[in-house]
Formats: sequence, C-alpha cells, structure tokens
Amino acid sequence: MNILLGWGGRIRGLFADNKGPWGPSGSSEEPPADDGHGGGPWGEPPSGGRRGLGVRSVGPLDELLRRGRMRFGGGGGLPGRPDRSLILWAIVGFIVIWLIFTTVHSIAPGERGVVTRFGRYSYTLGPGVGLTLPSPVDRVQKVDVESIRTADLGSQSSEDLMLTGDQNLLDIAYSVRWNVKNPEWYLFQLADPEETIRQVGESAMRAVIADVSLQDAMGDKRGEIEAQVAERMQRILDGYRSGIAVQGVAIQQADPPAEVNDAFKEVTAAQQQAQSYINNANAYALQRVRNAQGEAAAFDKVYQQYKLAPEVTRRRMYYETMEQVLSKLPKTIVEAPGVTPYLPLPQVQKEQQGQQEQQQ
Amino acid sequence: MTGYVRRHPLLSGVIAFFALVLLLSSFPIVPETKQAVVVRFGKPERILNRFEPGRPIGAAGAGLSYRIPIVDQIVWIDKRVLAVDMEPQPVLSTDQRRLMVDAYARYRIVDPLLMYIRSTTEDNLKSQLQTILRSDVRNELGSQPFAALLSPERQGIMDDVRKVLNSQAANFGVEIVDVRIKKTDLPDGAPLDSAFDRMRTARYQEAQSIRAQGNKQAQIIMAEADAEAAQTYAASYGKDPQFYDFYRAMQSYKSTFVTGTEGKPAAPTNIILSPQNDYLKEFTGRAK
Repeated sequence: MNILLGWGGRIRGLFADNKGPWGPSGSSEEPPADDGHGGGPWGEPPSGGRRGLGVRSVGPLDELLRRGRMRFGGGGGLPGRPDRSLILWAIVGFIVIWLIFTTVHSIAPGERGVVTRFGRYSYTLGPGVGLTLPSPVDRVQKVDVESIRTADLGSQSSEDLMLTGDQNLLDIAYSVRWNVKNPEWYLFQLADPEETIRQVGESAMRAVIADVSLQDAMGDKRGEIEAQVAERMQRILDGYRSGIAVQGVAIQQADPPAEVNDAFKEVTAAQQQAQSYINNANAYALQRVRNAQGEAAAFDKVYQQYKLAPEVTRRRMYYETMEQVLSKLPKTIVEAPGVTPYLPLPQVQKEQQGQQEQQQ
Repeated sequence: MTGYVRRHPLLSGVIAFFALVLLLSSFPIVPETKQAVVVRFGKPERILNRFEPGRPIGAAGAGLSYRIPIVDQIVWIDKRVLAVDMEPQPVLSTDQRRLMVDAYARYRIVDPLLMYIRSTTEDNLKSQLQTILRSDVRNELGSQPFAALLSPERQGIMDDVRKVLNSQAANFGVEIVDVRIKKTDLPDGAPLDSAFDRMRTARYQEAQSIRAQGNKQAQIIMAEADAEAAQTYAASYGKDPQFYDFYRAMQSYKSTFVTGTEGKPAAPTNIILSPQNDYLKEFTGRAK
C-alpha cells in the first residue's frame, strides 16, 4: 500500500511543480484581485485571501505548497513522513468531490432519473434535486419523458411503395411522434427502442394501408388512417412493455407512384373537364329559361292590350312590322300577274354590298 | 505485515492490486437488462436474474451477486426484448403470384441456460432464429391466396406464424413476443410493371367515365332547361294560339329582315311584291 501512496505523492508533487510557475506570474501581472481564480490556490502562499478557505484546510494546504516548492527546488527523494497527511487530504478531497458529484443529482423538468442500486432498479427521481447513494452503489440514468421525438418513415428521398387493399401502389411518407411514458420500461425492456418504433410504425402503417383503397389513402380518410396506425402502434408497443407513448402519426405524403402520375393527372383533368361541361350547361339553362320567361312576359303584355281591341291592334302591328321590314329593303313590285321579269340578282346583290361598304 | 510491505513495496503493491481485482470480480453487478449464466469449468452452475414474466422491475434478480473468481465464468445474456430482422424474400401465393415479404420478430430469451447450451452466443442465436423465421414465414404465407397476403393480420395468419415460430424457438430457450410483416412489395420487373399498367388503365377508365358523367349531367341540365322554357312558353302562348301565330310571325319578319338574329345583321334581301299582296291592297286603290 505504501508504494501506491508514494506514487500518488509523486504525481501530486509533479502537479505542484507544474502549477508553480503559474502562481507567481499571475500574481505579478495582476495584484491580489486575481487570487480568486486562475492559479491562485496553487500559487505562492502569501498572495492569498485563500486562507479564508477554512481553518482546517490551512495546514495541509501549506504543507502541500511547501512540498511543491521543495520539489521545484530539486529535492528528488521518495516521499517521507510529511507526505502521509498530504496524500490523506488529497484522498479525502477526492472522496468529498466524488460524493458530491455522485449523490446529488439535478433532474431537469421533463426528465426522470432512474436509479439502479448495484444494477437493480431501485426508484425513480422526479424533477428537482435528488439524492442517491454514491456512485458504485447507485447509478442514475436520466430519461427525457416530456419532449416529443419524431421518427420519419417512408419515402423521404426515394420512392417507398406500399400495396393498398385494392392492390394498387402508394408512395407514402409519414412520421411518428412519440415520447417516453415509463422510463424504467424504456430503459430495461427493449434492446433498441428507436429501431423498434420504426419497425412497428412500418408494420402498422402497412397493415392499415392494406385495408383501405388507394383513393381513401390519398384522400379524405387520411385522418382515420393516422389514428388507426397510432392506435395499432400503441397496442404493439404496449405488448412489448416498451414504456413508449405514441403521440401521433402524421402522413406527410400519400401519392401515386411517379410511374403512373400522368394517368392520375388525366383523372384530375377529366374532373375539371366534366365540371366545365356542367358549367356550360348551367349557363345555357339559365339563359334559356330567362329568355323564355322574358318572351312569355312580353307576349302576355301585348296580349293584354290585344284583347282590349283585337282587330285594330292586329292591323296596327301588321303595318308597323311591314313598314319596318320594307322600308329598309330594296323592293320590286311586279304589276302584271303571271309575268316574271328577269332580274339580274347577282348584280343587285353586288350593288347592295357596295352600298353597305360605303356606309361603313 | 507492515514490515513485509516496507521491505517489498513493489511486490506487495502488485499483490494488493490483484487482490482488489479478485475481490471486485467476486461480486459481479447484474444489471436489469442482463441475465447471466455462471459457468464453472464449462458446466453451468447458476442463472442470475432470469426473466420471469409478470415480475416487476426492481424485484429480486438484478443487483449484486457473487462468484468464485477464475473458477466461475459469467456468460451475459440480454434480458430485453430483442429483434431479429428477416431479409426481404419472395413468397409465392396459391394463385401463383409473387410477393416480396419483409418481416421481423421480437423475442426474449426466457431460458438463458438452454439458450447457452444450444446457441452459446447471442449472435448464433440470432442467425438460427433468422433461418427459422424465414422458412416459417414462407411456409405459412405460401399457402395463402394473394389477397390474404396483403393483410395477413386480418386473417390471423401472423398468429399462426408466431405459434409455429414459438414452438421451434422454445428449443433455444426463446419466447417469440411478436412476428410482424414489415413490408409486402411486388417484385421488380414484370409484376411491378403490370401493376403500374393496371393502375394506369384504371385511371384512364375513371377519367373517361368522369367525362361521360359530366356530359350526361350537362345534357340533363340543358334538357330540363328546354322543358322549363317550353312550359313557360306554352303557359303563356296557349292563351290564344291564333294571336301567338300572328305575333310570332311579326317578330320573325322583323328579325329575319331587319335586326337579324344573335348579333348577326340580317342578310341583304330583295323583295318582289305582287300588287295583290295584302300590304299593298290599298296601293292599287281598289276597294275591298
């Protein structure tokens, strides 16, 4: 044992040697203010408000420093009697630090600390500061239980085809959001939780997609599919006692494969075309019905007047119409009955066209 | 004692070191995630932290144990649910269609001793399970029609696979927790292409029928409008067909010869009238 302690002392000594040069240089540049940090504690003994460290530690600290200077001065001998207490204090200090670091655990909100005593699960620390036995006895594994993690599945970059219930292919990408609901199970029950989630997700999605038609998967049943997949995943994961809660499944993309995309666009085009047929028909119908109503109303008005004085109205309308018609047209009145005169019709028409062009 | 240490510091240090190592190795720490077989000169002695269903985490099992150093070897075996993944393999359905099936199984080593005897290492076990899984999946799914392969869960086929696999895996001290199909794909090449073709033609057919449906609806709408218009006309004109005849004739003359129809001007017309014409009856000066 002695020799072990001796080695420790040697190492300590070298440590002090290294620190030696730092102390003086630091304090020469910056007067006492610097003592709080830097090489302060290991520097020259006089340059310290460090004595305030505690009455008990003054002795050994001095001892340590003196030892350091001795080594610096070139005293090469193996550790003698003064080393004993020095080593002892170093060990005590080390143990104190060790105890502090391994017994006090701060658990962040949203975390749980799973404590194992000699490997066996003991209890779980909630958020805050928790105390355990020191390290070799108790170990704490922190598990994040609040934050939702995401696993992306399906075709993110390449095509991932899935067979639907009507034996069509669907290119699908989706993600699974999950968190840890039972940290002990999460740590101790599953060999590879993340990979398990991926596989379970893939399996559940395939099973659900195999039950629905392509149209449903691409369209309005998405929400239903997501819910079913989440539920199925949860059931499977609970079967493994995985301690994982599936928060939700989101289908990012559910498209027909690229190979048949054109055909699907054709359907969209057809839908729009059909809609445009219907729109045109509606426009026609509206016009037709309104026209009829308008004409009927006009007729009704005239008819009311006509009824009051049928003969006169009739003659008046006849003459008015004929006037309008005949006044604007070239007329030929043939006197002799039974005689048909020769009319150069093409010429007459040409004349008329000429007249019209002049008018324009 | 102290005297001896003083005289032989190096030797006693080495001895102390080995003593410490021996002491520590006499008390192995068994974590929750492991079970262990203690083997004495190749003969299994004890099992540490063996899996027992229903036992809560933290119950006796894991924790500090003991062994005789050097004499006892400890073989660590995972206690958690493990996975064995199958390579995608083709399965031929009863209706002679091929499907690539990708499956996985979750298992747990419930009898570490048996597992140690039969497989020695976990890697061995895994490859053995893989072989069994592959043949079981192929056998069970191969006796199904294609439609059933798409969702084997619905028909309870996967339960059958699990049972068969479980009975075989029991020989290795393994319990199968779950067997699932991860993927069912059409194999590349002809089957995939013909599936694409089918999808494509189905879409074209759908497109045609959508168009036809639209056309049909359009025609119905127009016919209904025509009918409604006819009804409106009839209700109005029916009051006096004779007057309608006259009224419509007048309108028709006007639009034919003067205003034109639908925005087009009336075509130029020459009119040849006989003096006998009703309009000209006064023209000739003769009385009725």
